[in-house]
Formats: sequence, C-alpha cells, structure tokens
Amino acid sequence: MVLKVFFPSCCFSAESGILIGRWILEQNSAVILAVVHFPFIPIQVKQYLSEVQRVTKVSVSVLGSWSNSKQEKEEGLSEFLEDLGTIFSHEPWIQISKEGDSKFWSCSVLQKHSNNPKEEEIILVYYDQRKVLLSHLHPPLDTATPHKAEDASKLSAIFDTVAKSKVLFMTDRYDDGPIKLTHWQSDGIEASIIVELMKQASVPACMLLTFLLSLISGVCRSRVLKFWPLSFLWSKLSTCEQLGHRLQHLQVISSNKKAQTQAQLMRKANIFVSLLIDVALGILLVSWLYRKNRIGHLADTLIPVADHVAEELQDLLRWLMGAPAGLKMNRALDQVLGRFFLYHIHLWISYIHLMSPFIEMILWYVGLSACLGLTVALCILSDIIALLTFHIYCFYVYGARLYCLKIYGLSSLWRLFRGKKWNVLRQRVDSCSYDLDQLFIGTLLFTILLFLLPTTALYYLVFTLLRLLVVIVQGLIHLLVDLIDSLPLYSVILRLCRSYRLAAGVKFRVLEQRDGKPLRLLMQINPLSYSSVVQTYRLPTYSCYPKDSWASLCKKLFLGELIYPWKHKGEKQD
Amino acid sequence: AMEERRYRSASGAPIALRRRQHSASCRELAVRCPRLQLRSLSAVTCAVWLAAYGLFVLSENSMVLSAAIFITLIGLIIYLHFVKIDQESLLVIGSLGIQVTSSYASGKESTTFIEMSQVKDVVINEAIHMQKVIYYLCILLQDPGDPQGVSEVVPLFQSSKPRLDCLIEVYKSCQEILEQRMTAPQSS
Repeated sequence: MVLKVFFPSCCFSAESGILIGRWILEQNSAVILAVVHFPFIPIQVKQYLSEVQRVTKVSVSVLGSWSNSKQEKEEGLSEFLEDLGTIFSHEPWIQISKEGDSKFWSCSVLQKHSNNPKEEEIILVYYDQRKVLLSHLHPPLDTATPHKAEDASKLSAIFDTVAKSKVLFMTDRYDDGPIKLTHWQSDGIEASIIVELMKQASVPACMLLTFLLSLISGVCRSRVLKFWPLSFLWSKLSTCEQLGHRLQHLQVISSNKKAQTQAQLMRKANIFVSLLIDVALGILLVSWLYRKNRIGHLADTLIPVADHVAEELQDLLRWLMGAPAGLKMNRALDQVLGRFFLYHIHLWISYIHLMSPFIEMILWYVGLSACLGLTVALCILSDIIALLTFHIYCFYVYGARLYCLKIYGLSSLWRLFRGKKWNVLRQRVDSCSYDLDQLFIGTLLFTILLFLLPTTALYYLVFTLLRLLVVIVQGLIHLLVDLIDSLPLYSVILRLCRSYRLAAGVKFRVLEQRDGKPLRLLMQINPLSYSSVVQTYRLPTYSCYPKDSWASLCKKLFLGELIYPWKHKGEKQD
Repeated sequence: AMEERRYRSASGAPIALRRRQHSASCRELAVRCPRLQLRSLSAVTCAVWLAAYGLFVLSENSMVLSAAIFITLIGLIIYLHFVKIDQESLLVIGSLGIQVTSSYASGKESTTFIEMSQVKDVVINEAIHMQKVIYYLCILLQDPGDPQGVSEVVPLFQSSKPRLDCLIEVYKSCQEILEQRMTAPQSS
C-alpha cells in the first residue's frame, strides 16, 4: 500500500537530524511535526517525547531520519542513519535525504518485520504548518447523523495532530535545552504587544462591565416596572425588545469564562464586532442628525405630516360615504360608519395638537438614545410609525370585528335557511327541525345581513389595505434590524483577510515530478465559501417570521379574523 | 507522460481532453472548453450599445448611455468570473482521494476534494437534458451508515458535457486507479 508522508514546508532547509511526528496506522501515513538536530542523546529525546505525549495526548514518536547534505553524499552517514533506526525502533523507518539545492528528494522506507517484499510507493505531501495549526476544519453542513470515530474524516486526524501539538512548538532554537528542534516557530515565538496589552486590560474591563450590567438588569427587573400598563407598553414597543436583546449580548461578551469551543469563540467575537459596528453607525447617525439642527426640522415636519395623513383619511371616508367607485351603498349604515370614523379622526387630531409643543423636546431626547446603536434607532423609527398610525390600526380592528361578526352571523343563518345546525358537541353540521317562527325571524335577519354586507365589506377592505401597508413598512424596518443583528461580521472579515482559518477542506497541487523519485504534492487549505460562513456562524435573533402560510393568511383575511404578522415572542429563535 | 486528444461536447462544440500520468497512482484528466469568442463578445456589445443609443435618441437623456456602458462592463466581469468555465479537471490520487477543479475564464479556481474512503465508485450515467439524452460521469459517495447505500451523486464535467467516447476514456483511467485500492488492502 502507498505510504504518505506529510512534511512541513518550514523544514525544507533544516539541518540533518531525526524526524518526529505521529504515525497514523489506519491511513498508512506519517505526519512529521519537527526535526531534532544532531547532536542529541537518545535517552533525552525519548524522555522529551514521552513528556510531550503526556501533555498533548498525541502519540508523538521518532519516525525516521532527515539528511540535508550541502556537499556530496557521505557514505558513512547512511550507515549512521540506519543505526539510528535500531536505536529508535519504529516500524516503518522513513529515511528522507536532500542533496544540495535539489527539489527532488530521495525517500526510502525500512521495514524489518514486513512479509511483503514489494517496494511501497511513497507520496510526499508538503503542508504549511502554521496555517494547518491555526485553521479550523468545518464538516459539511448536511451531516446530521453522528459519525463514529473511525468514520471521521482522515484529514481531520492530520489537522488534529498538528493543532494539539502546540506545546511542541513552544521550544525555539534559542532555548538552552538539550534538544534542538526545527518547526514553524523555531525562530522564536511571535506575539503582538497590542494583543497582549488588550488581553491584560480586558480582565478588569470585563469585571466592570459585568458589574454595570448586573445593576442595569436589577433595575429592569424591579417591581416598579412590572405594573400592568407599563408592562403592556414594554411588550408592545420593539425598542425595548431590541435593547433587551443587546443587553443579553453584552452579558455574553463580558462573562469571565473563556470560550471552550471554536463555535463559542466565534460567537463572542461576532457579537463584539456587531455591537461595535452598530454603536459606531448609531453615533454617526446621531452626529449627522444633530448637526444643523436636522432633528428640529424633523420634529417640525412631524405634526404637519400627521395632519396630512388625517386629512387624507377624512377625504377617503367622505368618498366612501358617497358612491365609491360607482357602487351603491346602504345610505343609513354608510352614514353611521362614516360619521363614527370621522369623529375618531377628529379626536386623534385634537390629541396630536395637544402634544405638539412637547414633540420637539421628546424627539430631541429620544434621538439621543440612537447613540446606543443603529438598530435601536431603526426600532425607534418603527415605533414612531406605529404610534402615528395608531388610528389606522383602530379602524382596522373596528372594521374587522364588524365584518367578522357579520360573516359568522351570515354563515349561521345560512345553515338555518337550509335547515341545518352546528353541533358544538360533535363539531359538525347536523340537520335540525326549526319552528316556523324561528325560521321566519332567521330568514329575515339573514336577508338584512346579506344586503348590508357590501357596505361593511368595503369599509373592511379599505382599512385592511391601509393596515397592511403600515405592516409592510414596519416589517421592512424589522427585516433590516434582523439583518444587522444576525450578520456574523467577524467571521466574514476573517474569511476575507485570513481565509485559511476557516477551512472547508484541502486541495492538492501536483508539483514537478521526476522519474524514480516519490510523488510530490502540495496540500493547501480550501477556504469555506461566504454563504457557508454566514450560515454556520449566524447569530440567533428574537423575532419570529410569520408562521402563517399565504393560504391561511388569505383565509383569515376573508373571514375577518385579526392578523398579527410580526408578533414578537419572548424566546429566541435561530 | 502527457497526451491530448480532441473530442466534441454534447452540443457539438470542440473540446480537448488532456491526460497526464504523474506517478503510478496519480493521474490528472483535464477537459478544456472552447474559449470566449471575440465575435460573440463584440456582437453582444454592439447590440447593447445600439439599443442604448436608440433609447437615448428617444428620451434625450445621456444617463442611458453611461448606464449601458456600466451594465456592459459589470455584465462582462460577472460572466467571466462566475459563469464561463475554461477547464474542468479531475485529479485522482490513489489512497488519498479525488479532486475536482473548475477554472473560470477570469482565473478563479473552485476546488472540491473528496477523500478516498468516501468514494464508492465512478460511473457513467444517462440523463434527460432538455430534449436530449446525454451521458455524464459521476462519483458515487459512500453512505456512512449503510455499506451498500449511496449517500450522494457528484456529477463531473457539467459545463463541458463531453460525449460518450471522451467519457469512456476518463472512466477507464479512473477505474485503473480505483482498482488498486481493492487489490492492496493489506495494511493494519
């Protein structure tokens, strides 16, 4: 069978020595982690390896010998290397030798206890140790069944080996120990001062943040805010939901526990970057709004806009009270409904005008809270729209209830007309014999309701359309808020700048070949596609999208049941 | 050892199959599609610009012309980077796996590597495509739970669509390497 040797590209120019790494028996492959240079004492090497094995739980052992001779090949060296094979007995013993600057190395395998005399083919796979160490292999998204250990991807074994051997890479060549190693960090461990300073500063910052957050959540949970009118108000305003959601995010970031898995670490980082960008955009928005007193202009135009909307509604109602689109309405019912709604609008306008001197001040202070983030500003906008169009909502509810009553009455009297009845006990329609006076009154009422249906239906249709328009506008704003909330910006930027960190798999490139020498391949990291990155690392959001399908929505509209397409639930949903 | 032969695709366009043997257990098979023709590119550009000039004469708005130039450029870039595939290749490394690469006209390469333990077999299938019945080569992936089952079918050479004679060559090359893993399972 073919023997695969994974050789790190950082050891190309290493001095002669012995190769240490892991031998994976099931795949017949050797993963070389480092080269130990001459001179060394075999006992010390064995001790060092057993210590590394104890710490990392990876079975690191001596796999073979590496000879890098700048001059002509020395004969005594080959015997010396074979003798090493007897000291560190490993089956099979791999011997790699490089002459001068040649790209083509000769690789041979010594098998003492093998009963197969045939020459094994050897494949040399070069890999970038640093990138393989730092990358995280993502399994394909559609694997739902849990895999057993032996089914696990062969490549993940290699990635795991390198990732777990971190402690091996901590000794560099400037250490005074008895062992001299060459690996990707043998020239010295690199670290950034800024990163170290931030790590030091993050601990007290986290503690401070946790303290502040516990204060705020204590205030929020106090009994004062739980009285009925206030709690109802908080549940209806989407701004409070969004603020609560962001508070939870802050709690996740400021917790003292270090992230255990890759997924938790990425989630924390994503939340942090998302919050940062959100607050930055919010502050930008606030600075733009408050320059040249744009917020004052906004407040000044708010009342005329509300007036304009009310006037349009009044015109609409007067049009309905006449002969809308040529339809003939029942004059009396028309007048009653029209006057009822007109009076409502008149009340609404009076309230708005009462509030008008305070609007500018309220808006000025509320606008400042957009500093907390762009999502908060968008939620405030959505709430302002909801408040300003509250009368449309009321009209929709009146119209829908009237229409619903009428439809139910009509359906029940229609059954009476045909001599049937709804059996509540058995939930089905049964035949029933009515008395004559019951039939007479029922038929009379049925006729009245039937002829009054067009008027009610028209009012219902008009107000439902207006309500749907407002719902669509609010829905779009919430969609935008959801997008900003759930986008994993850190993962996307990581995929852009350090694409080897998020690996979907590997890719091989065949390097120059020469007859008689082993096959040379270069193993590179195949990064995850952007859509998989977003799908894997999406942050969970709190809103639920409409559960009603289009069919059930139409049915509800036809029957006059109230629809709540953007209901916010308390629990989070992915 | 490298050899190249010409074949035809399912729609009649000329394609070339290049076979390279890197070692006893490593083979690379690449199918090269016809390149983007200059005359079709100029024809499309002229048509778009004539239409834009016609709109400009009707509407007297010079934005139409700049919009047409913009659309042509963006459309060309999107076509070269995401749509036009220049070469599709298959790299079979016995005991490691099979690598499928598509290279686009802009130089972008999209690669998928399938490990040998997941590969059940490489077969030629028939499919109904529009009004024709065409043959295509595909890799059958092993179902981890069921040793006889197939969990996924990965079709190869989807944009070049070679005909049966070319597919038979590729199939024979692949099977020679896949057979080796059956005859040499004596490790461990």
